[in-house]
Amino acid sequence: MSELSRLQSLFEAGKISRREFLSRAAALGVAGMVPASLLSTPALAEPKKGGKFRVGLGHGSTTDSLDPGTYENDFMIGSSFARFNFLTTITTKGEIVGELAESWDVTPDAKTWTFKMRSGVEFHNGKTMDANDVVTSINHHRGEESQSAAKPNVEPIEDIKVDGDTVVFTLNSGNADFPYLVSDYHLPIMPAKDGKPDWQSAVGTGPYMQTNFEPGIGLELKRNPNYFKPDSAWFDEAHIITIADVAARTNALMTGEIDFMDRCDVKTVHLLERNKNVRVEEVSGTGHYSIPMRTHLAPFDDNNVRLALKYAIDREKILETVLFGHGYIGNDHPIGKGQRYFASELEQKSYDPDKAKHFLKQSGLSSLKVDLSAADAAFGGAVDAAVLYKEHAAAAGIEINVVREPNDGYWSNVWNTDNRKWCMCYWGGRPTEDWMFSTAYASGVAWNDSKWEHEKFNQLLVAARSELDEAKRRDMYVEMQRLVSDEGGVVIPVFNNYVHAVASKVAHGPDLATNWANDGHKYLERWWFAS
Amino acid sequence: MKDVFGIVAKRLGLGLVTLLIVSIIIFGAVEMLPGDLAQAVLGQSATPETVEAMRKELGLDRPAPVRYLDWLKGAVTGDFGTSLANKRPVAEQIGPRFANTLFLAAYAAVIAVPLSIGLGIMAALYRNSVFDRVANVATLTSISSPEFFVGYILVLFLAVLNPLFPSISSLSEDMTLAQKLERTFLPALTLVLVVTAHMMRMTRAAIINLLASPYIEMARLKGVPNWRVITHHALPNAWAPVINVVALNLAYLITGVVLVEVVFVYPGIGQLLVDSVTARDFPVVQASCLIFASTFIILNLLADVGAILTNPRLRHPK
Repeated sequence: MSELSRLQSLFEAGKISRREFLSRAAALGVAGMVPASLLSTPALAEPKKGGKFRVGLGHGSTTDSLDPGTYENDFMIGSSFARFNFLTTITTKGEIVGELAESWDVTPDAKTWTFKMRSGVEFHNGKTMDANDVVTSINHHRGEESQSAAKPNVEPIEDIKVDGDTVVFTLNSGNADFPYLVSDYHLPIMPAKDGKPDWQSAVGTGPYMQTNFEPGIGLELKRNPNYFKPDSAWFDEAHIITIADVAARTNALMTGEIDFMDRCDVKTVHLLERNKNVRVEEVSGTGHYSIPMRTHLAPFDDNNVRLALKYAIDREKILETVLFGHGYIGNDHPIGKGQRYFASELEQKSYDPDKAKHFLKQSGLSSLKVDLSAADAAFGGAVDAAVLYKEHAAAAGIEINVVREPNDGYWSNVWNTDNRKWCMCYWGGRPTEDWMFSTAYASGVAWNDSKWEHEKFNQLLVAARSELDEAKRRDMYVEMQRLVSDEGGVVIPVFNNYVHAVASKVAHGPDLATNWANDGHKYLERWWFAS
Repeated sequence: MKDVFGIVAKRLGLGLVTLLIVSIIIFGAVEMLPGDLAQAVLGQSATPETVEAMRKELGLDRPAPVRYLDWLKGAVTGDFGTSLANKRPVAEQIGPRFANTLFLAAYAAVIAVPLSIGLGIMAALYRNSVFDRVANVATLTSISSPEFFVGYILVLFLAVLNPLFPSISSLSEDMTLAQKLERTFLPALTLVLVVTAHMMRMTRAAIINLLASPYIEMARLKGVPNWRVITHHALPNAWAPVINVVALNLAYLITGVVLVEVVFVYPGIGQLLVDSVTARDFPVVQASCLIFASTFIILNLLADVGAILTNPRLRHPK
């Protein structure tokens, strides 16, 4: 019985889903004793229309531009999913489905992708969406002149052409994950105007239409009355405001000024949970803290040194102290435990000073002294994490000298440069294994922040990309995770959870998406007010 | 009066020179910061090619002096250019936010200036009494705490524990003045608490300083009541330093309130400046800084004119 009440409290706190609650209660043989009222908490009630949803986000800056190629913060990503639709979309269960594309076909070499476009979808300005809009929207990110952050996503596209109501993409090499790549928030479908996508007007086909936008301050939206998806976009209006200060954001939620806040302060979130009018929700995603070493520079060019450092960090302590338990342990590769090909069979690296000493000896060094650059720009608590690491490593005879860097300009002057050999870093993760590896681990790519070059890994990466057989594909990705974990140049101690809080009247489906924070940033399309 | 106009004209001329120097210093400072706009806007997701493409489009590949002179040419004709980051005209971006800043500063000043001068006079009148001590301790405490801390305390007591006022001050265009005043009450109160001590203590000190003068002694001896001695005899001679301190605090209310803006999510110009510096968005930084510099120049000028008008002796410097 006490187990049931424990489950009940977990469920009521939103820590486990309804499905998980019921199956675990059934396993206890007590499902019949579950009070009926529990199963109709607001989070599970029938959706209904209405209300003005007020959102307070930590991101958003006066320098934000409407150009989708520049979206890089949660404010613009969320507004992109509100204004626009994409060729494909990732569901709350992590499956890829068509959005503006109704269906797609692929040739056996995974090189030619034919997307059949949905008919009768209208932009906010009344124009009917057609295949030409798709081509201009994607071309916006391609070519020499492109400044788009999504350039790497569209790089493999050799040719796009319209064929009736279909769009045919020809890739320069096979890619089985291509539908995932075009679900990226940088690649919304915008109306074409004179051969160029019209991003300036913020007009899309999405669930909400922009009524007012002040970069760095706020965005006001109203429901798109002609939205093509049934059973979504429940709120009449929405107001997203930037509240950079986490204390101000928390106060705003507690005093009812907003209905939803992202990025709760994990230091104080247990206190926020006591508030009866607020529900704290947490999702284990793909975001992780990483510590990349420049593997082409001494001493990190020796894998024994890298292994020594991987065994010299106490991951549990970092999780407990920096994330206050709101995350899970990483195994020095960037694939999250919820992802399709996560290698659960790999041995988890743990804190072992003796092993670290052993590998240090293998490298022929009697002692090791390394600089570790850190600033809280990398992630909140990065400096603390570096100092903890220093203490852990000292037990293995490794001397880490923590260098405090300025937050300002961290990404241009510290991270991914040869000025610093080792630094703290953060990755938001990517929805697919190939996307993550191709972005930051493949040979020669711009964001390979550890400058890691591994022949076998790179061969596998290309082979797995065009492999359509699931079992073979899984084996390849497991092997790649093993290679990155055992021979790669990155220490990945922890994955951080996405922690947000909502007013208790806010409701959503049984699952929250894990591909990005904030229910895949689709809160405006998916959520509603229960009362 | 003629001499006053002469002073004003001279000071305005000097003000223009100051603005020119300020603009050069700001340009130099932004140049010296590591990284540039292309890197800052693209952030972690920058690749060398995209950075290069963006630099080229924005003209950041040209030498620094050329870019400065280009900007100066526009600025003297009243065109402050467009923001490099989001391509909106600078004037359109700064205008509404500066108006918000002025609104909040005016709101705070309307409360703070009479309050602190009143308190200062009372404190001088009842010098060393319990009232004097309490006023001093209270105002010094509020000025000694960082302003964001004062803000949090007010939010805790007046918004969270007793929901009297909204905890954030986001504005929308369709608000009436009364609604605006209610929404911005907490940030205004924070600013009042922060600036009161300085003005109050200056008023008190200036008056007390005069109370030892022979002419005050004379007034007392002829039987003028104490409050009248202060308001009619001491105060007119104490205005000069008080006006100067008031001007400085008013300038502070306009230029120094970024932390209060952050705590109360108030869309003022301070946050705009911080964002623009982070992004190295030079035209916006430059325009905001020039507004701040002009604020100081104009308020100081007004303070001097005020001081001269209240104290004719200052018109004839030895």
